[in-house]
Amino acid sequence: MAKFVISRRKFLTSASLGVSGIMLSGCDAFDSQLRVGDGLRSFLEGANGLTWRAQRLLAGDSLAPEFTEADIRQPQRPNGVTAPDDDVYKGLLANNFADWRLEVSGLVEKPLSLTREQLMNMPSRTQITRHDCVEGWSCIAKWTGTPLSLVLDQAVVKPQARYVMFHCLDTIDRSLSGDIKYYGSIDLIDARHPQTILAYGLNGKPLPVENGAPLRVRVERQIGYKMPKYLRKIELVDSFATIGGGRGGYWEDNGYDWYGGI
Amino acid sequence: MESVARSQSTVGPDTAAPKDATLIYRQSRWTRLTHWLWAISLFFMLLSGLQIFNARPQLYIGKESGFAYNNTVFAIGAENTANGPRGYTEIFGKRFDTTGVLGWSGPAGRETSRAFPSWATIPSYYDLGTARVVHFFFAWILTTTLVVWLVASLINGHLRRDLVPRIADLRRLPRDIADHAKFKFHHTREYNTLQKMAYGGVMFVLLPLMIITGLAMSPSMNAALPFLNDLLGGRQTARTIHFIVMLLLVAFFIIHMLMIFAAGPINELRSIITGWYRTDPPAHGSKTPERSA
Repeated sequence: MAKFVISRRKFLTSASLGVSGIMLSGCDAFDSQLRVGDGLRSFLEGANGLTWRAQRLLAGDSLAPEFTEADIRQPQRPNGVTAPDDDVYKGLLANNFADWRLEVSGLVEKPLSLTREQLMNMPSRTQITRHDCVEGWSCIAKWTGTPLSLVLDQAVVKPQARYVMFHCLDTIDRSLSGDIKYYGSIDLIDARHPQTILAYGLNGKPLPVENGAPLRVRVERQIGYKMPKYLRKIELVDSFATIGGGRGGYWEDNGYDWYGGI
Repeated sequence: MESVARSQSTVGPDTAAPKDATLIYRQSRWTRLTHWLWAISLFFMLLSGLQIFNARPQLYIGKESGFAYNNTVFAIGAENTANGPRGYTEIFGKRFDTTGVLGWSGPAGRETSRAFPSWATIPSYYDLGTARVVHFFFAWILTTTLVVWLVASLINGHLRRDLVPRIADLRRLPRDIADHAKFKFHHTREYNTLQKMAYGGVMFVLLPLMIITGLAMSPSMNAALPFLNDLLGGRQTARTIHFIVMLLLVAFFIIHMLMIFAAGPINELRSIITGWYRTDPPAHGSKTPERSA
Protein backbone atom coordinates (compact mmCIF):
# COMPACT_ATOMS: atom_id res chain seq x y z
CA MET A 1 0.00 0.00 0.00
CA ALA A 2 1.36 3.36 -0.99
CA LYS A 3 1.89 5.63 1.92
CA PHE A 4 2.50 9.30 2.12
CA VAL A 5 5.86 9.58 3.76
CA ILE A 6 7.84 12.75 4.16
CA SER A 7 11.07 13.43 5.90
CA ARG A 8 11.03 14.73 9.42
CA ARG A 9 12.98 17.82 8.42
CA LYS A 10 10.60 18.72 5.63
CA PHE A 11 7.69 18.08 7.93
CA LEU A 12 8.98 20.29 10.73
CA THR A 13 9.99 23.08 8.38
CA SER A 14 6.64 23.32 6.65
CA ALA A 15 4.75 22.90 9.90
CA SER A 16 6.60 25.64 11.70
CA LEU A 17 6.25 27.94 8.69
CA GLY A 18 2.52 27.41 8.77
CA VAL A 19 2.15 28.02 12.47
CA SER A 20 4.34 31.10 12.52
CA GLY A 21 2.47 32.50 9.53
CA ILE A 22 -0.73 32.32 11.50
CA MET A 23 0.91 33.83 14.57
CA LEU A 24 2.38 36.73 12.59
CA SER A 25 -0.94 37.51 10.98
CA GLY A 26 -1.30 39.11 14.39
CA CYS A 27 -3.69 41.33 15.74
CA ASP A 28 -3.43 44.95 14.91
CA ALA A 29 -5.19 44.04 11.66
CA PHE A 30 -8.55 44.56 13.32
CA ASP A 31 -7.72 47.61 15.46
CA SER A 32 -8.97 50.16 12.96
CA GLN A 33 -12.43 48.59 12.73
CA LEU A 34 -13.11 48.15 16.41
CA ARG A 35 -13.37 51.67 17.85
CA VAL A 36 -16.72 52.81 19.26
CA GLY A 37 -18.93 53.89 16.37
CA ASP A 38 -17.15 51.83 13.68
CA GLY A 39 -19.40 49.73 11.46
CA LEU A 40 -17.87 46.37 12.32
CA ARG A 41 -17.84 47.25 16.02
CA SER A 42 -21.52 48.25 15.94
CA PHE A 43 -22.40 45.01 14.15
CA LEU A 44 -20.59 42.90 16.74
CA GLU A 45 -22.25 44.90 19.53
CA GLY A 46 -25.59 43.61 18.27
CA ALA A 47 -24.80 40.39 20.12
CA ASN A 48 -24.90 42.31 23.43
CA GLY A 49 -28.62 42.89 22.92
CA LEU A 50 -29.07 39.20 22.24
CA THR A 51 -27.16 38.33 25.43
CA TRP A 52 -29.32 40.75 27.41
CA ARG A 53 -32.58 39.27 26.14
CA ALA A 54 -31.41 35.67 26.53
CA GLN A 55 -30.17 36.22 30.07
CA ARG A 56 -33.37 38.09 31.03
CA LEU A 57 -35.37 35.14 29.71
CA LEU A 58 -33.26 32.54 31.52
CA ALA A 59 -32.65 34.42 34.76
CA GLY A 60 -36.24 35.72 35.15
CA ASP A 61 -36.60 37.01 38.70
CA SER A 62 -34.11 34.50 40.15
CA LEU A 63 -31.79 35.63 42.92
CA ALA A 64 -28.02 35.88 42.74
CA PRO A 65 -26.31 33.23 44.90
CA GLU A 66 -25.84 34.26 48.51
CA PHE A 67 -23.01 33.00 50.70
CA THR A 68 -22.36 32.40 54.39
CA GLU A 69 -20.36 34.35 56.97
CA ALA A 70 -17.62 31.72 56.61
CA ASP A 71 -17.19 32.78 52.98
CA ILE A 72 -16.19 36.32 54.03
CA ARG A 73 -12.43 35.82 54.22
CA GLN A 74 -11.11 39.31 53.44
CA PRO A 75 -12.10 42.99 53.21
CA GLN A 76 -14.04 43.97 50.09
CA ARG A 77 -11.52 44.94 47.45
CA PRO A 78 -12.16 48.53 46.30
CA ASN A 79 -11.93 49.47 42.65
CA GLY A 80 -12.29 52.49 40.35
CA VAL A 81 -12.20 55.76 42.30
CA THR A 82 -11.34 54.93 45.93
CA ALA A 83 -10.79 58.42 47.38
CA PRO A 84 -12.78 61.15 45.59
CA ASP A 85 -10.79 64.36 45.35
CA ASP A 86 -13.87 66.50 44.72
CA ASP A 87 -14.34 69.48 47.07
CA VAL A 88 -18.06 68.86 47.41
CA TYR A 89 -17.41 65.25 48.38
CA LYS A 90 -14.62 66.15 50.81
CA GLY A 91 -16.90 68.74 52.45
CA LEU A 92 -19.65 66.16 52.90
CA LEU A 93 -17.17 63.61 54.25
CA ALA A 94 -15.73 66.14 56.77
CA ASN A 95 -19.23 66.46 58.19
CA ASN A 96 -19.75 62.68 58.19
CA PHE A 97 -22.36 63.12 55.43
CA ALA A 98 -24.80 64.99 57.70
CA ASP A 99 -25.45 67.42 54.83
CA TRP A 100 -25.57 64.73 52.18
CA ARG A 101 -28.90 64.05 50.47
CA LEU A 102 -30.00 61.46 47.96
CA GLU A 103 -32.10 63.19 45.36
CA VAL A 104 -34.75 61.14 43.53
CA SER A 105 -36.01 63.01 40.49
CA GLY A 106 -36.98 62.77 36.85
CA LEU A 107 -40.05 60.78 35.86
CA VAL A 108 -41.52 60.46 39.36
CA GLU A 109 -44.73 61.83 40.89
CA LYS A 110 -43.03 62.84 44.16
CA PRO A 111 -39.37 63.91 43.90
CA LEU A 112 -37.48 63.06 47.08
CA SER A 113 -34.50 64.34 48.97
CA LEU A 114 -33.46 61.72 51.52
CA THR A 115 -30.94 61.93 54.35
CA ARG A 116 -28.86 58.92 55.29
CA GLU A 117 -30.92 58.53 58.48
CA GLN A 118 -34.16 58.47 56.49
CA LEU A 119 -32.75 55.72 54.27
CA MET A 120 -31.51 53.75 57.26
CA ASN A 121 -34.91 54.02 58.94
CA MET A 122 -36.55 52.27 56.00
CA PRO A 123 -36.73 48.44 55.93
CA SER A 124 -33.30 47.05 55.07
CA ARG A 125 -31.88 43.98 53.42
CA THR A 126 -28.56 42.31 54.27
CA GLN A 127 -26.98 39.92 51.78
CA ILE A 128 -23.65 38.12 51.46
CA THR A 129 -22.86 38.20 47.77
CA ARG A 130 -19.95 37.91 45.39
CA HIS A 131 -18.76 41.04 43.63
CA ASP A 132 -17.49 40.24 40.12
CA CYS A 133 -15.25 42.86 38.59
CA VAL A 134 -15.20 43.17 34.81
CA GLU A 135 -11.44 42.58 35.03
CA GLY A 136 -12.07 39.03 36.16
CA TRP A 137 -11.64 38.96 39.93
CA SER A 138 -14.30 38.21 42.55
CA CYS A 139 -14.71 39.13 46.22
CA ILE A 140 -17.38 38.02 48.71
CA ALA A 141 -18.79 40.53 51.22
CA LYS A 142 -21.88 41.34 53.29
CA TRP A 143 -23.88 44.32 52.10
CA THR A 144 -26.64 46.12 54.01
CA GLY A 145 -28.97 48.69 52.48
CA THR A 146 -32.40 49.90 51.51
CA PRO A 147 -34.09 48.02 48.67
CA LEU A 148 -34.17 50.41 45.71
CA SER A 149 -37.75 49.32 44.98
CA LEU A 150 -38.92 50.88 48.29
CA VAL A 151 -37.38 54.22 47.35
CA LEU A 152 -38.93 54.02 43.89
CA ASP A 153 -42.34 53.23 45.40
CA GLN A 154 -42.04 56.20 47.71
CA ALA A 155 -41.27 58.49 44.79
CA VAL A 156 -44.01 56.86 42.65
CA VAL A 157 -42.44 56.11 39.28
CA LYS A 158 -44.33 57.46 36.24
CA PRO A 159 -45.40 54.82 33.70
CA GLN A 160 -43.18 56.19 30.92
CA ALA A 161 -39.98 55.72 32.98
CA ARG A 162 -37.74 52.92 31.68
CA TYR A 163 -34.34 53.36 33.33
CA VAL A 164 -32.84 54.40 36.62
CA MET A 165 -29.90 56.72 36.11
CA PHE A 166 -27.33 57.04 38.90
CA HIS A 167 -25.41 60.31 39.26
CA CYS A 168 -22.32 60.24 41.46
CA LEU A 169 -20.10 62.62 43.40
CA ASP A 170 -16.73 61.29 42.22
CA THR A 171 -14.78 62.56 39.24
CA ILE A 172 -13.81 59.57 37.11
CA ASP A 173 -12.35 61.45 34.14
CA ARG A 174 -11.61 64.93 32.84
CA SER A 175 -12.61 66.28 29.45
CA LEU A 176 -12.38 69.59 27.60
CA SER A 177 -15.85 70.49 28.83
CA GLY A 178 -14.94 69.82 32.46
CA ASP A 179 -14.82 67.04 35.01
CA ILE A 180 -16.83 63.90 34.29
CA LYS A 181 -18.57 62.51 37.34
CA TYR A 182 -19.33 58.80 37.33
CA TYR A 183 -22.77 57.91 36.00
CA GLY A 184 -24.55 54.70 35.09
CA SER A 185 -27.94 53.17 34.50
CA ILE A 186 -30.00 50.00 34.91
CA ASP A 187 -33.48 49.14 33.73
CA LEU A 188 -36.51 48.93 36.00
CA ILE A 189 -36.43 45.13 36.11
CA ASP A 190 -33.02 45.18 37.77
CA ALA A 191 -33.96 48.29 39.76
CA ARG A 192 -36.92 46.46 41.30
CA HIS A 193 -35.03 43.17 41.83
CA PRO A 194 -35.20 42.25 45.55
CA GLN A 195 -31.38 42.13 45.86
CA THR A 196 -30.90 45.57 44.32
CA ILE A 197 -30.16 47.71 47.37
CA LEU A 198 -28.80 51.15 48.13
CA ALA A 199 -26.00 49.95 50.40
CA TYR A 200 -24.79 51.96 53.38
CA GLY A 201 -23.21 49.05 55.28
CA LEU A 202 -20.37 46.66 54.44
CA ASN A 203 -19.40 43.60 56.49
CA GLY A 204 -21.39 44.89 59.49
CA LYS A 205 -19.79 48.38 59.49
CA PRO A 206 -20.67 51.68 57.81
CA LEU A 207 -19.70 51.70 54.15
CA PRO A 208 -16.04 52.89 53.92
CA VAL A 209 -15.01 55.70 51.57
CA GLU A 210 -13.08 53.39 49.24
CA ASN A 211 -16.21 51.26 48.71
CA GLY A 212 -18.51 54.21 47.99
CA ALA A 213 -19.59 56.01 51.19
CA PRO A 214 -22.14 57.22 51.95
CA LEU A 215 -24.20 55.17 49.50
CA ARG A 216 -23.66 52.83 46.57
CA VAL A 217 -25.98 50.57 44.65
CA ARG A 218 -25.70 46.77 44.53
CA VAL A 219 -26.99 45.10 41.36
CA GLU A 220 -26.10 41.52 42.15
CA ARG A 221 -26.78 39.93 38.77
CA GLN A 222 -24.41 42.25 36.96
CA ILE A 223 -20.70 43.12 36.83
CA GLY A 224 -19.10 45.65 39.21
CA TYR A 225 -19.08 48.68 36.91
CA LYS A 226 -22.90 48.58 36.90
CA MET A 227 -22.94 49.42 40.64
CA PRO A 228 -22.05 53.10 40.99
CA LYS A 229 -20.55 54.39 44.24
CA TYR A 230 -20.77 57.83 45.96
CA LEU A 231 -24.40 58.29 44.90
CA ARG A 232 -25.82 61.80 44.70
CA LYS A 233 -28.93 61.53 42.59
CA ILE A 234 -31.25 58.88 41.19
CA GLU A 235 -33.03 60.05 38.07
CA LEU A 236 -35.87 58.17 36.39
CA VAL A 237 -35.64 58.54 32.60
CA ASP A 238 -37.32 57.12 29.52
CA SER A 239 -34.04 57.21 27.56
CA PHE A 240 -30.38 57.85 28.32
CA ALA A 241 -29.60 59.12 24.82
CA THR A 242 -28.91 62.67 26.02
CA ILE A 243 -26.83 61.72 29.07
CA GLY A 244 -23.05 61.65 28.63
CA GLY A 245 -22.18 59.86 25.39
CA GLY A 246 -25.69 58.40 25.19
CA ARG A 247 -24.73 54.76 25.86
CA GLY A 248 -26.02 54.65 29.44
CA GLY A 249 -22.96 55.14 31.60
CA TYR A 250 -19.36 56.24 31.92
CA TRP A 251 -17.83 52.87 31.03
CA GLU A 252 -20.50 52.23 28.41
CA ASP A 253 -19.48 55.48 26.72
CA ASN A 254 -15.96 54.05 26.71
CA GLY A 255 -16.96 50.88 24.87
CA TYR A 256 -18.25 48.58 27.60
CA ASP A 257 -21.58 46.82 27.17
CA TRP A 258 -24.59 48.44 28.85
CA TYR A 259 -25.82 45.07 30.08
CA GLY A 260 -23.20 43.73 32.46
CA GLY A 261 -24.79 40.34 33.12
CA ILE A 262 -21.78 38.51 31.69
CA MET B 1 -25.06 13.28 -3.26
CA GLU B 2 -23.26 11.53 -0.49
CA SER B 3 -24.62 8.10 -1.27
CA VAL B 4 -23.74 8.56 -4.90
CA ALA B 5 -20.26 9.49 -3.88
CA ARG B 6 -19.90 6.50 -1.65
CA SER B 7 -21.06 4.01 -4.25
CA GLN B 8 -18.69 5.64 -6.66
CA SER B 9 -15.84 5.13 -4.26
CA THR B 10 -16.60 1.43 -3.97
CA VAL B 11 -16.39 0.92 -7.71
CA GLY B 12 -13.27 -1.11 -8.37
CA PRO B 13 -10.32 0.08 -10.41
CA ASP B 14 -11.33 -2.23 -13.29
CA THR B 15 -14.64 -0.56 -14.03
CA ALA B 16 -13.62 3.06 -13.64
CA ALA B 17 -10.60 5.18 -14.21
CA PRO B 18 -8.20 4.36 -11.35
CA LYS B 19 -7.71 8.04 -10.66
CA ASP B 20 -11.38 8.62 -9.86
CA ALA B 21 -11.85 5.47 -7.82
CA THR B 22 -9.69 6.82 -5.04
CA LEU B 23 -11.48 10.18 -4.97
CA ILE B 24 -14.33 10.04 -2.45
CA TYR B 25 -16.86 12.48 -1.07
CA ARG B 26 -15.76 12.48 2.56
CA GLN B 27 -17.09 15.59 4.32
CA SER B 28 -20.72 16.71 4.14
CA ARG B 29 -21.54 20.36 3.55
CA TRP B 30 -22.59 20.67 7.22
CA THR B 31 -19.25 19.38 8.45
CA ARG B 32 -17.39 21.74 6.13
CA LEU B 33 -19.50 24.80 6.93
CA THR B 34 -19.36 24.29 10.71
CA HIS B 35 -15.63 23.53 10.56
CA TRP B 36 -14.87 26.94 9.07
CA LEU B 37 -17.29 28.77 11.36
CA TRP B 38 -15.43 27.20 14.28
CA ALA B 39 -12.07 28.09 12.84
CA ILE B 40 -13.09 31.75 12.55
CA SER B 41 -14.85 31.95 15.93
CA LEU B 42 -12.08 30.16 17.81
CA PHE B 43 -9.49 32.48 16.29
CA PHE B 44 -11.35 35.58 17.48
CA MET B 45 -12.33 34.05 20.82
CA LEU B 46 -8.75 33.09 21.59
CA LEU B 47 -7.29 36.50 20.78
CA SER B 48 -10.05 38.50 22.48
CA GLY B 49 -9.92 36.05 25.40
CA LEU B 50 -6.20 36.67 25.91
CA GLN B 51 -6.98 40.41 25.95
CA ILE B 52 -9.66 39.81 28.61
CA PHE B 53 -7.17 37.74 30.62
CA ASN B 54 -4.68 40.62 30.43
CA ALA B 55 -7.07 42.75 32.53
CA ARG B 56 -6.45 40.38 35.44
CA PRO B 57 -3.53 38.11 34.60
CA GLN B 58 -4.00 35.81 37.59
CA LEU B 59 -5.93 32.58 38.04
CA TYR B 60 -7.38 31.46 41.36
CA ILE B 61 -9.00 28.36 42.85
CA GLY B 62 -12.30 28.86 44.70
CA LYS B 63 -15.32 31.12 44.85
CA GLU B 64 -13.36 34.38 44.95
CA SER B 65 -9.91 35.86 44.34
CA GLY B 66 -7.66 35.89 47.38
CA PHE B 67 -6.24 39.33 48.17
CA ALA B 68 -5.78 38.91 51.93
CA TYR B 69 -4.85 35.26 51.43
CA ASN B 70 -3.29 33.28 48.62
CA ASN B 71 -5.34 31.08 46.28
CA THR B 72 -3.47 32.09 43.13
CA VAL B 73 -2.33 29.17 40.98
CA PHE B 74 -1.11 31.05 37.93
CA ALA B 75 0.10 34.58 37.32
CA ILE B 76 1.81 36.58 34.62
CA GLY B 77 3.49 39.83 35.58
CA ALA B 78 6.46 42.17 35.32
CA GLU B 79 8.99 43.21 37.94
CA ASN B 80 11.96 45.53 38.19
CA THR B 81 15.31 43.77 38.51
CA ALA B 82 18.95 44.87 38.49
CA ASN B 83 18.90 44.09 34.74
CA GLY B 84 15.82 46.25 34.10
CA PRO B 85 12.21 45.17 33.92
CA ARG B 86 11.60 41.46 33.39
CA GLY B 87 8.46 39.53 32.56
CA TYR B 88 7.61 36.44 34.56
CA THR B 89 5.11 33.61 34.60
CA GLU B 90 4.32 31.92 37.89
CA ILE B 91 2.77 28.46 38.06
CA PHE B 92 1.89 27.20 41.55
CA GLY B 93 4.34 29.71 42.99
CA LYS B 94 7.22 28.60 40.76
CA ARG B 95 8.52 31.52 38.75
CA PHE B 96 9.86 31.46 35.16
CA ASP B 97 11.45 34.33 33.27
CA THR B 98 9.31 34.93 30.18
CA THR B 99 10.57 38.37 29.16
CA GLY B 100 9.73 39.21 25.55
CA VAL B 101 6.61 37.09 25.40
CA LEU B 102 4.74 36.94 28.70
CA GLY B 103 4.66 39.80 31.21
CA TRP B 104 7.01 42.24 29.48
CA SER B 105 6.96 42.57 25.69
CA GLY B 106 6.81 44.92 22.73
CA PRO B 107 9.08 46.43 20.08
CA ALA B 108 12.68 46.92 21.24
CA GLY B 109 12.94 49.97 23.47
CA ARG B 110 9.16 50.31 23.70
CA GLU B 111 8.33 47.24 25.76
CA THR B 112 5.38 47.45 28.09
CA SER B 113 4.02 45.49 31.00
CA ARG B 114 1.33 43.24 29.60
CA ALA B 115 0.56 39.57 30.21
CA PHE B 116 0.05 38.33 26.63
CA PRO B 117 1.94 40.26 23.93
CA SER B 118 0.06 42.58 21.58
CA TRP B 119 0.45 40.23 18.58
CA ALA B 120 -1.64 37.69 20.49
CA THR B 121 -4.54 39.96 21.46
CA ILE B 122 -7.49 41.69 19.82
CA PRO B 123 -7.32 44.65 19.84
CA SER B 124 -3.53 44.82 19.90
CA TYR B 125 -3.64 47.70 22.42
CA TYR B 126 -5.22 47.30 25.86
CA ASP B 127 -9.01 47.52 25.52
CA LEU B 128 -11.04 45.22 27.72
CA GLY B 129 -14.43 46.61 26.61
CA THR B 130 -13.80 45.90 22.94
CA ALA B 131 -12.38 42.44 23.66
CA ARG B 132 -15.60 41.61 25.49
CA VAL B 133 -17.70 42.73 22.52
CA VAL B 134 -15.67 40.51 20.18
CA HIS B 135 -15.57 37.57 22.61
CA PHE B 136 -19.32 37.48 23.29
CA PHE B 137 -20.26 37.94 19.62
CA PHE B 138 -18.22 34.91 18.63
CA ALA B 139 -19.44 32.99 21.68
CA TRP B 140 -22.89 33.11 20.10
CA ILE B 141 -21.52 32.00 16.72
CA LEU B 142 -19.51 29.16 18.28
CA THR B 143 -22.38 27.85 20.40
CA THR B 144 -24.93 28.08 17.59
CA THR B 145 -22.51 26.29 15.27
CA LEU B 146 -22.02 23.50 17.79
CA VAL B 147 -25.79 22.96 18.05
CA VAL B 148 -26.24 23.05 14.25
CA TRP B 149 -23.38 20.57 13.81
CA LEU B 150 -24.77 18.23 16.44
CA VAL B 151 -28.24 18.17 14.87
CA ALA B 152 -26.88 17.83 11.32
CA SER B 153 -24.44 15.09 12.35
CA LEU B 154 -27.19 13.13 14.06
CA ILE B 155 -29.38 13.37 10.96
CA ASN B 156 -26.76 12.76 8.24
CA GLY B 157 -25.06 9.95 10.16
CA HIS B 158 -21.66 11.66 10.54
CA LEU B 159 -21.77 11.03 14.27
CA ARG B 160 -22.75 7.38 14.09
CA ARG B 161 -20.65 6.53 11.04
CA ASP B 162 -17.46 8.52 11.69
CA LEU B 163 -17.13 9.50 15.34
CA VAL B 164 -18.67 6.86 17.59
CA PRO B 165 -15.80 4.74 18.91
CA ARG B 166 -16.01 0.99 18.21
CA ILE B 167 -14.27 -2.07 19.65
CA ALA B 168 -12.15 -2.22 16.49
CA ASP B 169 -10.91 1.30 17.23
CA LEU B 170 -9.52 0.11 20.53
CA ARG B 171 -7.74 -2.81 18.85
CA ARG B 172 -6.08 -0.64 16.25
CA LEU B 173 -5.06 2.07 18.74
CA PRO B 174 -1.48 0.79 19.33
CA ARG B 175 -0.86 0.56 15.58
CA ASP B 176 -2.32 4.07 15.07
CA ILE B 177 0.01 5.51 17.66
CA ALA B 178 3.00 3.74 16.10
CA ASP B 179 2.04 4.93 12.60
CA HIS B 180 1.60 8.53 13.73
CA ALA B 181 4.95 8.44 15.51
CA LYS B 182 6.54 7.32 12.23
CA PHE B 183 4.61 9.92 10.19
CA LYS B 184 2.95 7.10 8.27
CA PHE B 185 -0.52 8.20 7.25
CA HIS B 186 -3.26 6.09 5.72
CA HIS B 187 -5.74 7.97 3.60
CA THR B 188 -9.09 6.30 4.07
CA ARG B 189 -12.69 7.34 4.31
CA GLU B 190 -12.81 6.52 8.01
CA TYR B 191 -11.15 8.45 10.79
CA ASN B 192 -8.48 6.49 12.61
CA THR B 193 -8.72 5.99 16.37
CA LEU B 194 -6.56 8.97 17.30
CA GLN B 195 -8.60 11.20 15.02
CA LYS B 196 -11.85 10.01 16.58
CA MET B 197 -10.42 10.70 20.03
CA ALA B 198 -9.19 14.17 19.07
CA TYR B 199 -12.32 15.31 17.22
CA GLY B 200 -14.68 13.68 19.72
CA GLY B 201 -12.73 15.20 22.60
CA VAL B 202 -13.01 18.69 21.13
CA MET B 203 -16.71 18.38 20.24
CA PHE B 204 -17.99 16.58 23.30
CA VAL B 205 -15.57 17.58 26.05
CA LEU B 206 -13.57 20.74 25.35
CA LEU B 207 -16.14 22.94 23.57
CA PRO B 208 -19.02 22.09 25.97
CA LEU B 209 -16.67 22.65 28.93
CA MET B 210 -15.64 26.00 27.45
CA ILE B 211 -19.29 27.06 27.14
CA ILE B 212 -20.20 25.83 30.63
CA THR B 213 -17.25 27.52 32.35
CA GLY B 214 -17.92 30.67 30.32
CA LEU B 215 -21.52 30.76 31.50
CA ALA B 216 -20.40 30.02 35.06
CA MET B 217 -18.50 33.33 35.06
CA SER B 218 -21.64 35.33 34.26
CA PRO B 219 -23.36 36.81 37.33
CA SER B 220 -26.75 36.62 35.57
CA MET B 221 -26.26 32.97 34.67
CA ASN B 222 -25.19 32.29 38.27
CA ALA B 223 -28.65 33.47 39.30
CA ALA B 224 -30.35 31.41 36.57
CA LEU B 225 -28.23 28.25 37.04
CA PRO B 226 -26.77 28.42 40.57
CA PHE B 227 -25.67 24.75 40.48
CA LEU B 228 -23.08 25.50 37.76
CA ASN B 229 -20.57 27.06 40.10
CA ASP B 230 -21.29 24.55 42.88
CA LEU B 231 -20.44 21.85 40.37
CA LEU B 232 -17.29 23.53 39.10
CA GLY B 233 -15.97 24.64 42.49
CA GLY B 234 -16.70 28.35 42.36
CA ARG B 235 -16.50 31.18 39.84
CA GLN B 236 -12.74 31.60 40.05
CA THR B 237 -12.17 27.87 39.60
CA ALA B 238 -14.48 28.04 36.56
CA ARG B 239 -12.31 30.86 35.20
CA THR B 240 -9.18 28.75 35.74
CA ILE B 241 -10.77 25.75 33.96
CA HIS B 242 -11.81 28.09 31.12
CA PHE B 243 -8.14 29.04 30.72
CA ILE B 244 -6.87 25.45 30.87
CA VAL B 245 -9.39 24.34 28.24
CA MET B 246 -8.16 27.23 26.08
CA LEU B 247 -4.63 25.80 26.34
CA LEU B 248 -5.93 22.36 25.37
CA LEU B 249 -7.75 23.81 22.36
CA VAL B 250 -4.57 25.59 21.30
CA ALA B 251 -2.68 22.30 21.68
CA PHE B 252 -5.33 20.59 19.54
CA PHE B 253 -4.99 23.33 16.91
CA ILE B 254 -1.19 22.96 16.74
CA ILE B 255 -1.38 19.16 16.42
CA HIS B 256 -4.21 19.52 13.89
CA MET B 257 -1.99 21.79 11.76
CA LEU B 258 1.03 19.50 12.09
CA MET B 259 -1.04 16.47 11.05
CA ILE B 260 -2.45 18.28 8.03
CA PHE B 261 1.00 19.31 6.87
CA ALA B 262 2.27 15.79 7.46
CA ALA B 263 -0.62 13.98 5.80
CA GLY B 264 -0.72 16.16 2.68
CA PRO B 265 -2.08 19.66 3.06
CA ILE B 266 -3.63 19.95 -0.42
CA ASN B 267 -5.67 16.78 -0.11
CA GLU B 268 -6.71 17.52 3.48
CA LEU B 269 -7.68 21.11 2.66
CA ARG B 270 -9.62 20.02 -0.42
CA SER B 271 -11.69 17.61 1.65
CA ILE B 272 -12.67 20.29 4.19
CA ILE B 273 -13.43 22.85 1.45
CA THR B 274 -15.04 20.78 -1.32
CA GLY B 275 -15.70 17.54 0.54
CA TRP B 276 -13.66 15.43 -1.93
CA TYR B 277 -10.73 13.45 -0.59
CA ARG B 278 -8.20 11.25 -2.32
CA THR B 279 -7.74 7.93 -0.57
CA ASP B 280 -4.83 5.54 -0.91
CA PRO B 281 -5.20 3.17 -3.88
CA PRO B 282 -5.87 -0.43 -2.81
CA ALA B 283 -2.70 -2.45 -2.32
CA HIS B 284 -1.83 -4.97 -5.10
CA GLY B 285 -3.50 -8.30 -4.74
CA SER B 286 -5.25 -7.55 -1.47
CA LYS B 287 -8.53 -6.13 -0.25
CA THR B 288 -8.44 -2.71 1.36
CA PRO B 289 -7.89 -3.51 4.99
CA GLU B 290 -8.21 0.08 6.18
CA ARG B 291 -11.79 0.31 4.99
CA SER B 292 -12.99 -2.46 7.23
CA ALA B 293 -12.21 -0.51 10.37
